[in-house]
Amino acid sequence: MSVTTGSVTTGSATTGSATEKQSAETVLSIRDLNIALPKGADRALAVEDVSYEVKRGEIMCVVGESGSGKSMAANAVMGLLPKGVHATQGEILFAGQNLLALTEKQHRALRGLKIGMIFQEPMTALNPLMRVGAQIAEVFEAHGQLTPKERQARALELLIEVGIPQPEKAIRAYPFELSGGQRQRVIIAMALALEPILLIADEPTTALDVTTQAQILELIRDLQQRRGMSVMFITHDFGVVAEIANRVCVMRYGKIVELGDAKSVLENPQDAYTQALIAAIPSNAVPPHRETSQVAPLLEIKGLNKVFRSRGGLFKPAREVRALEDVSLTLARGETVGIVGESGSGKSTLGRCVVRLEHPDSGELLLDGVNLSQLRGDALRRERHRVQMIFQDPYASLNPRTKVGMAIAQGPIANGTPKAAALKQAGELLDIVGLGASAVERFPHEFSGGQRQRIGIARALALNPELIVADEAVSALDVSIQAQVLELLEELKQRLSLSLLFITHDLRVAAQICDRIVVMQHGRIVEQGSAEQIFLAPREAYTQALLNAIPGREAPVAATA
Amino acid sequence: MVYARLIIMRLLKAVVVLFLIVIFNFFLIQMAPGDPAAILAGEAGATDQEFLNQLRERFGLDQPLYVQLWRYVSGIAMLDFGYSYRLGVPVFDLIMARLPATLLLTGTAFVLSLVLGIVAGSMAAARVKKPSGSIIMALALLFYATPLFWVALMSVVVFSVYLGWLPAYGLYTVGAGHTGFALALDVAKHLVLPATTLALFFMAIYTRMTRTSMLDAAQQDYVKTARAKGLKPSIIQRRHVLRNALLPIITLAGLQAGQMVGGAILTETVFAWPGIGRLMFEALQQRDYNLLLGIFFFSAALVIVFNIITDLVYSLADPRIKKGAS
Repeated sequence: MSVTTGSVTTGSATTGSATEKQSAETVLSIRDLNIALPKGADRALAVEDVSYEVKRGEIMCVVGESGSGKSMAANAVMGLLPKGVHATQGEILFAGQNLLALTEKQHRALRGLKIGMIFQEPMTALNPLMRVGAQIAEVFEAHGQLTPKERQARALELLIEVGIPQPEKAIRAYPFELSGGQRQRVIIAMALALEPILLIADEPTTALDVTTQAQILELIRDLQQRRGMSVMFITHDFGVVAEIANRVCVMRYGKIVELGDAKSVLENPQDAYTQALIAAIPSNAVPPHRETSQVAPLLEIKGLNKVFRSRGGLFKPAREVRALEDVSLTLARGETVGIVGESGSGKSTLGRCVVRLEHPDSGELLLDGVNLSQLRGDALRRERHRVQMIFQDPYASLNPRTKVGMAIAQGPIANGTPKAAALKQAGELLDIVGLGASAVERFPHEFSGGQRQRIGIARALALNPELIVADEAVSALDVSIQAQVLELLEELKQRLSLSLLFITHDLRVAAQICDRIVVMQHGRIVEQGSAEQIFLAPREAYTQALLNAIPGREAPVAATA
Repeated sequence: MVYARLIIMRLLKAVVVLFLIVIFNFFLIQMAPGDPAAILAGEAGATDQEFLNQLRERFGLDQPLYVQLWRYVSGIAMLDFGYSYRLGVPVFDLIMARLPATLLLTGTAFVLSLVLGIVAGSMAAARVKKPSGSIIMALALLFYATPLFWVALMSVVVFSVYLGWLPAYGLYTVGAGHTGFALALDVAKHLVLPATTLALFFMAIYTRMTRTSMLDAAQQDYVKTARAKGLKPSIIQRRHVLRNALLPIITLAGLQAGQMVGGAILTETVFAWPGIGRLMFEALQQRDYNLLLGIFFFSAALVIVFNIITDLVYSLADPRIKKGAS
């Protein structure tokens, strides 16, 4: 028994070293790297004692939450560290030279030629005033290759290779004429133009819809295999890791906490932090069966329609976007209903109609039998407090010059509560959301993203609502923080007997918190049902596509349940 | 095609706006105390009621208000702005005679301030936190804060009186009888001081705006993309940063261009430049209302024309707007 085990171990060890010899060429190795932040930053070193390698033809995922320093090493490789940030120790070896010792000119010669990079925000990563073709051609120009005519021809080939629809048209298009996914393809085409040895992808799919994300991931993997390129893939999402990584490097507070083979890290994470990150993503978790009490509905939406018209006037034809088309759904008291859809599905418009930030064109919004969509003026003001909203962006949704306590108290004060009482209540609410009453006197910038979202929740609670509309309330947060905020919402819901309309693009998040899920596309409801049914037995093709697009869904992941 | 339609629609709107401006101006002048006939008569030393009535009759001032308004508006529709009370010459002819000098001055100042401002602003942006960049910004602030008339007077004192390099006033040397190239050179010499004086203020604004706008653009993601391509800094600055940074400058340039007729009163007065500005100043002093109204109308028309041009330039510079308008 022991002998067999021993021989098996040695066997696998030899094959392991053999494959290692085949791919012995290490494309990039980072050794003992320290990167110092400017004085006054929250810590001295962005990256501390970091060493890892990227081998030829592999995808190396660098995983971490915001502030983990995961992008810093990549920026150092590119020679694109922000002003005031610089490496103070260690070396980065690439193609036989230490990148940290290069002059800016030498480094520039490598960028685009030997190392390509793609970025997180496809919407802003292209120059809005230049045609797509010209921006791709620039890569050749930067390295003095080809004639202008040949550059255009190559740009077209590249666009075809990255799978842009109508490439002949796209090459003449301006970035604003392309969708986010198409723009990301253009950026990938640019990064691959000169067939670099190493591609650095910095959160390239984070800003994209799930189905688009799945397509882009597939494209990157496909190109990587076809060209035998090495990829350094930076992400915060273990689902993505499961989808494409060969090896993984998990970072936290600037240090590596775990480094290894993707399969072993995912299935058998050693470090507690890695375990927590993986656990925070219920990639295969089926939502538990939840009893829904069949009481009278709190919210009834009947045949809601909303059309946005861009005023054409005299110069241009008016454009119509049907944001909501005949949307009907009900929400029982104490229930959490998830509205799931991709960008442009109308899910946010629905939420905004429910809180009456938007006025629906037709249809009924019955809250406890009161038709909200008909209310005007004083009557609306009286009912309004019953439905409150938590906004997506915890950074933009709080006035930076208003103290937190006041931000929460403003609602009640506007509704007639004396200021002192309202501020006292704000303190209590901050206590409830786990920030402590002392937060009243502080300004929003003193809080982290997760904490600000707690403030947002406290603000929504201040008016004693019955229904809370949470519009992508956790989308801007790191996964571990996401889990905490969701937990808080769940707890508050029970304690204050609230109902929740939870709008999200992320099915995984919806699975965690929702009793029922409504799937929307192009302003229509595609499918609705219990969370369990949507996940286990989706009826509509679109729902199935959405589910299949969840990164890491099929991959083996450490049991989380 | 799209542009043609856009321009036609804008011109139609402009006609409506101009019509309203004419009516507004007319009533504005009516509200001013003292009628021109009384002033003319007073200056002639005759307080004779007969003479006064005669004057009123000649200018049509004895008619009811609506008749006066109708005559005025229908006149303007045929480019007839009436006669200057004071000079007895058609207002249109007076303005046309003065317009070239003003456009020469303001146009030169416009180009000068725009070009120098953008160059200085780009330089300051590239030299941020360096002494040379700070010097540019300090100068810009100085020009921005210094009153125009003071700059004008001081430049006369220094360059004309003290150094004797440049003429202090006028459009050309009277009595020198220059023709052809010699005349052009003479006018150019006379132009230097007033044009520079007029340009300084806007140049300072362009400098500050270009710098801010470029520093802002340099932070954008697409600049990082450009760097990741391995492009040279000079190309990145010109093609990616400056081009995007110029968009707000266009708006501002449109505003300045709109002031080309009426914006040089002070400069023209100090340098005795025979342009619209001085004509307006004199008309104001002498209550030559018909002339004033004519100048108002021309200024307003020019503002509207430059608004349209600005929008067109903007849509050429920013593809997002062109498609939006189509």
